[in-house]
Amino acid sequence: MPELTTEVDRLSLIIKIGSMPVRVNTTDAGFFAMLQDRYAGFVASPEYAEIEFDVDLTPRRGPDPEADVRVTQQHGRWTFERGDFRAEWAPASRTGWIRQTANPYSIDAVLRIVHTLVLAREGGFLLHSASAIRNGKAFLFAGVSEAGKTTISRLAPPDATLLTDEISYVRKHDSGKQDAGYIAYGTPFTGELARLGENVSAPIAALYLLAKGKENRIDPILPAEAARSLLANLLFFAEDEELVQSIFHSAFEFVSRVPVSRLTFVPDARVWELIG
Amino acid sequence: MSKLYMARNPRVAARSLDGEMMIMSGRDSTLFTLNKTATILWQAADGATPLDEIVEHRICPEFEVEPAQALHDAETLARELASHEILQISEEPIAPASPSSGASR
Repeated sequence: MPELTTEVDRLSLIIKIGSMPVRVNTTDAGFFAMLQDRYAGFVASPEYAEIEFDVDLTPRRGPDPEADVRVTQQHGRWTFERGDFRAEWAPASRTGWIRQTANPYSIDAVLRIVHTLVLAREGGFLLHSASAIRNGKAFLFAGVSEAGKTTISRLAPPDATLLTDEISYVRKHDSGKQDAGYIAYGTPFTGELARLGENVSAPIAALYLLAKGKENRIDPILPAEAARSLLANLLFFAEDEELVQSIFHSAFEFVSRVPVSRLTFVPDARVWELIG
Repeated sequence: MSKLYMARNPRVAARSLDGEMMIMSGRDSTLFTLNKTATILWQAADGATPLDEIVEHRICPEFEVEPAQALHDAETLARELASHEILQISEEPIAPASPSSGASR
């Protein structure tokens, strides 16, 4: 009698970004190998995972891969949708699924989204900024596309450890109200440099708003400009009033605790003499 | 001419820093920075005070403008803020939102 079912091996990978382990399960060996390669440096040994996703690979793309992402919540269940993927996640059960083709970009987007949701509840966020550690302190360099995130990353001296050239991971650290601060973590979310950040972390010493100019200099800015610029560079996708309120006020708290300045620079490595 | 009443939308996040009012839409995270006039309207939008009184007592003394022109401009601005769901507007007084809603600081 022919077998009616076939047992398929499930392959699991823990991707740990910002000290949050996310388990990804797939039955596709090729996709699994791609994940191992894509997130090298952020793959943790099997352990407890805060979130677990089953990936269901589909043979063809959705109707509109360029469509905007939509992140909505209903009855405690999140839905993430873009032209190239659909995913659901239930925080209560810590589990979810992703339906996508075998490509690294869709799951990368899902991971970014889920991290923004978790961070928003904790006073942290993902920020459009490069970041690096120097002398034990983390420095963030924020700006929109073409502001210079890739350039400042490329100019980093050997004693600076690059956390990311594109999306910084910021987590609030509460060790008593007086000592509350922020930690920057390395991420695998890359920009033009296409180089994964180092999977390390450090307390954030400063946020610089990047501007290209004719000389290297640091100028103070008013708190309102700092808050406005930070808010403008936050990554946040969820259509959720409570989380929007949370991330909005988190941005103000951040600028009240972390020095924010404008860093004007020429594309020259000497700019790093001002940092650290 | 009918009265126009305004109330702050409790579903946005709002905060003032250095006199600059920033508002983020709770629906789609769009960030708005209000100018001085819009900030006055936002702060005075209690749902009970009609726009013409706000213009007379808060805007005209501040900007030294003709009351009729000021009211026209303020109404245009209020409707624009309402179109972005920052303010609610009505020709009737607007009842206050429940205490649990809204997070203006």
